[in-house]
Amino acid sequence: MILRGKAHRFGDDVNTDYIISGKYKFKTLDMKELAKHVMEDLDPDFYNKVEPGDFIVAGRNFGCGSSREQAPLAIIHANISAVIASSFARIFYRNAINTGLPVVEVDTSAISDGDELEVNLGTGKVTNLTTGVEITAKPLPEVMIRILNDGGLASHIRKHKGFALED
Amino acid sequence: MGKTIIEKILSAHSGCDAAAGDIVLAKVDYVMGQDGTSPLAIKAFREMEVDKVFDPAKVAMVIDHSAPSPNEGVSALHKLMREFSGEQGITLYDIGEGVCHQLMPERGHVGAGDLVIGADSHTCTYGALNAFSTGVGSTDLAAAMATGKLWFKVPETIRFECNGVLPPGVFAKDLILYLIGQVTADGATYKAAEYAGEAISALSVDARMTVSNMAIEMGAKAGLMEPDDKLKEWLAAHGRTDWNPVWPDPDAVYHQVLRYDVSNLEPQVAKPHTVDNVSPISEVAGTPIQQAVIGTCTNGRLEDLRIAASILAGRKIHPNVRLIVAPASRTVLLEAIKEGIISTLVEAGAAVVTPGCGPCVGTHNGVPSDGENVISTANRNFKGRMGNSNAFIYLASPATVAASAIAGEIADPRVYFTK
Repeated sequence: MILRGKAHRFGDDVNTDYIISGKYKFKTLDMKELAKHVMEDLDPDFYNKVEPGDFIVAGRNFGCGSSREQAPLAIIHANISAVIASSFARIFYRNAINTGLPVVEVDTSAISDGDELEVNLGTGKVTNLTTGVEITAKPLPEVMIRILNDGGLASHIRKHKGFALED
Repeated sequence: MGKTIIEKILSAHSGCDAAAGDIVLAKVDYVMGQDGTSPLAIKAFREMEVDKVFDPAKVAMVIDHSAPSPNEGVSALHKLMREFSGEQGITLYDIGEGVCHQLMPERGHVGAGDLVIGADSHTCTYGALNAFSTGVGSTDLAAAMATGKLWFKVPETIRFECNGVLPPGVFAKDLILYLIGQVTADGATYKAAEYAGEAISALSVDARMTVSNMAIEMGAKAGLMEPDDKLKEWLAAHGRTDWNPVWPDPDAVYHQVLRYDVSNLEPQVAKPHTVDNVSPISEVAGTPIQQAVIGTCTNGRLEDLRIAASILAGRKIHPNVRLIVAPASRTVLLEAIKEGIISTLVEAGAAVVTPGCGPCVGTHNGVPSDGENVISTANRNFKGRMGNSNAFIYLASPATVAASAIAGEIADPRVYFTK
């Protein structure tokens, strides 16, 4: 699967409170409503800036902090197609795969705000169309590819009536 | 080749010879969700088209993050949890029972050697009980409720050997803040921590939970400790007379072993807006504060309230400060009432709120104003964490928070501990 869009650049240690604040997430399961507040504390206008298919690009430790799954869900509903970061906090990483948000772990130092990117999820290749720089991501563990291919963990469990992590 | 604590627990629960780097499917002994994560877990559980949880005796849901409900949106989600719990016959801890991470150990849901998952990042707290416990998201919780299992990547372990004796007025919270400052917020990402050494052994089991609670703030998947007689007695007193202690092998392979001597440690403070932005108190003393919070899953236990009360006894908080106290559970609150701790705190000027998470997560019970400084015993000081992104949060021990509430500015508590 090949994704194309613009980079929205953030720094290191973007925590889940910044992705979606606790003051909103406890109130509703309406992710479209939560999506309006994504990244609000870092960039109040973020939701309005995003064109469908755009990427969040960040530094180290993206998604640190709480276990809230509203974080990847709200990102998906804000029309972001994938998050690209130098590293991810582990709970966020699992939650993203479980909910079907592609996450790409790659050195992002050569990506600036506004760059046009092409991401090949199959090969892990990220091409910066603005600068011509190509970088290749760390591959996902096999188990996560299985879950992602089944459309997330809930469909994986429904389809196999439990975990089916090996053939 | 020897094994770490987490490799042994994951081996025992997966039936594999688990070593760092392996992926295992492991049985879980107990699963838990709170009111910020359970509603989505219930939704995911329905999507899985499973009728019943794997074992109703091994599942609990806790209403603690917004309890009692501050608005109708939250009320609807609480109602969903109550209905699901009734339908499935699982344990529901409703408003006022307390914070999930206090209830799980206190009500005997965690034993040594257990594997516990919770849909809350601070589930790593029970590492202090020699259990592998870790935070997951709602869909992982739903999968564990449905199947009684979850997959894990077996992590490498960083061992923190803490020796020496903590000086008077310096506590478990200061130790863990110091360690986080040393290794930083992602210093242990994808890894487990093992905390050991005489400074850890000397801590009460309650204080050990303060240390394990904050393992996630260095990115760790777990914050494990070795078992000892103190733990065995504590578990027995909380209904767990079964005893399956897990020690690391002497030749266990560690990613890193870090050694510290705590004998000269000062009280520590994490400054806004990251938990690893840690300074000794001498560098931040004198910073004015408008609100002080004692409570949370980090420091809302009886021992914490007792320390705060020992400082506040016969004194008044500064007129420019609000002091909010949230005991970690109903049991803690009742014990604190019996000991006279609550009257001491209230006489000093504290506002005592329902046992729960409210002030820490910005849902209610003490949202600060623009430009205000808060000193709190919580575990996170992210911008906006307490519900206002224009406030500034400092993290410290209950002693430092109590001393600061009296002074109206960040203050060194050690003056109250010298004879």
